[in-house]
Amino acid sequence: MTTKFTSDHEWINTASIEAAVVGITPHAQDALGDVVFVELPEVGRSYAKGEVAGVVESVKAAADIYMPVNGEVVEVNEALKADPALANTDPMGAGWFFKVKVASTAEFDGLMEPPAYETLLQSL
Amino acid sequence: MPLQESAVSSATPQSTALLQTPLHDLHLRLGAKMVPFAGYAMPVTYPAGLMAEHRQCRESAALFDVSHMGQLRLVGPDAAAALESLVPMDVVGLGEGKQRYAFFTNESGGLLDDLMMVRPNAADAAAGFGDLFLVVNAGCKEADIRHLITHIGTRCTVLPMPERALLALQGPLAVAALSRLDPGVAQLTFMTGGAFTLAGAPCFVTRSGYTGEDGFEISVPATHAEALAESLLTQPEVKPAGLGARDTLRLEAGMCLYGHDIDETTSPVEAGLTWAIQKVRRPGGARAGGYPGAAAIESQLTSGPPSKRVGLIGLERAPVREGTPIVDAHGRKLGKVTSGTLAPTVNQVIAMACLPIDHALPHHEVYAEVRGKRLPMRVSPMPFNPHRYHRA
Repeated sequence: MTTKFTSDHEWINTASIEAAVVGITPHAQDALGDVVFVELPEVGRSYAKGEVAGVVESVKAAADIYMPVNGEVVEVNEALKADPALANTDPMGAGWFFKVKVASTAEFDGLMEPPAYETLLQSL
Repeated sequence: MPLQESAVSSATPQSTALLQTPLHDLHLRLGAKMVPFAGYAMPVTYPAGLMAEHRQCRESAALFDVSHMGQLRLVGPDAAAALESLVPMDVVGLGEGKQRYAFFTNESGGLLDDLMMVRPNAADAAAGFGDLFLVVNAGCKEADIRHLITHIGTRCTVLPMPERALLALQGPLAVAALSRLDPGVAQLTFMTGGAFTLAGAPCFVTRSGYTGEDGFEISVPATHAEALAESLLTQPEVKPAGLGARDTLRLEAGMCLYGHDIDETTSPVEAGLTWAIQKVRRPGGARAGGYPGAAAIESQLTSGPPSKRVGLIGLERAPVREGTPIVDAHGRKLGKVTSGTLAPTVNQVIAMACLPIDHALPHHEVYAEVRGKRLPMRVSPMPFNPHRYHRA
């Protein structure tokens, strides 16, 4: 069960190609501040890697959420819509944003392993 | 996920380093996130975060560093009359120890800045707080000082006070905390002020602020600012709060932010600030007119303005931010949002916008264009959250 990262401070759990979970990292939620609103992608819709899939907003800032892979969104986190603060309190767990179905594990190639993401954070 | 910061910023000098307030080191020790504001490095939030800092102010007491703002005094027997030539306020009639909200107007009846002015009593004036003590916005302070010197510098002495810091202690328990430093502050009522010794320093304290809560603004010598701030932070009621919370608090309280909700193109009548123009300075009053743009402002006072600043409440949860277009049901542009946020206390999306007068009616529905969608909003009276001032 591996979590991989993007340079946009998003994470994706690559354990399942049927429903890979995507969220924002602790660094991202800290940079945003208290999250007050999320716009989640459309369930059943296919997105290209890099396409804007949603929005996460704090009082002070708004940020796009990008699709880390090509795939079809199969589920969104209704609990997060109802309580956006979950993105701050548990960004790697209960604060997940959506799940995406990918064609194969090849979609996860090229994403950052945890040490590479850690190195990115050090450089900021 | 790139961040586009919503504007709680104003113009920063291009190539100069950021200025620091006397509390800069304290902010860093407290773990503040610092951002540029009006040429200063200012704390936008502390580790507690914006929502907690906002709540702290509404429920207890929050301490803000507002030392970036401009403090100055006017000295001389003609100071009040001279200032009346620049502001449509009753300054001559301002009683001892009393404070008023004011604004500088320009020749077209627009606003150059808004400010607070207080008349120290004779003893406090002699002690160095001036015949009039003014606090102006950070982004305008250089221009305001030049404006005063240019127009009234021969009628009174205009003395900037860069050697002083400014703290705001705001919230229902602010008086409990500050009274421990000097019980005398509890005698102040809303919009009054006086000199007090706090943590060994000669301070000028007014009972007013920018949050809608009871609270105080404290002018303290820069050399004693950190000691005073530390002394306040040891009080059980007090926690630090940054500019982020300051903005959500004032917006909930329906207060304008210069450079955003009001600027050189807005008249005070459009801005809903006629309450600040006392009767004696209005048409028919004993000292009517005599300030820049008086003809234009008097005309609007008589016939009404073409547009008005209103409060808006979002019917959906997506924040509506400054610059967002506001349209009617047919998609026709009505204006734009001048300030907007998700308000922590009222727990709603709130905003201010300047709308044509026929749309500026309570409960009228308009739409904010956000990311290609039209989000319904409703015109609302302000404040969004009731004021809780300690009145006489």
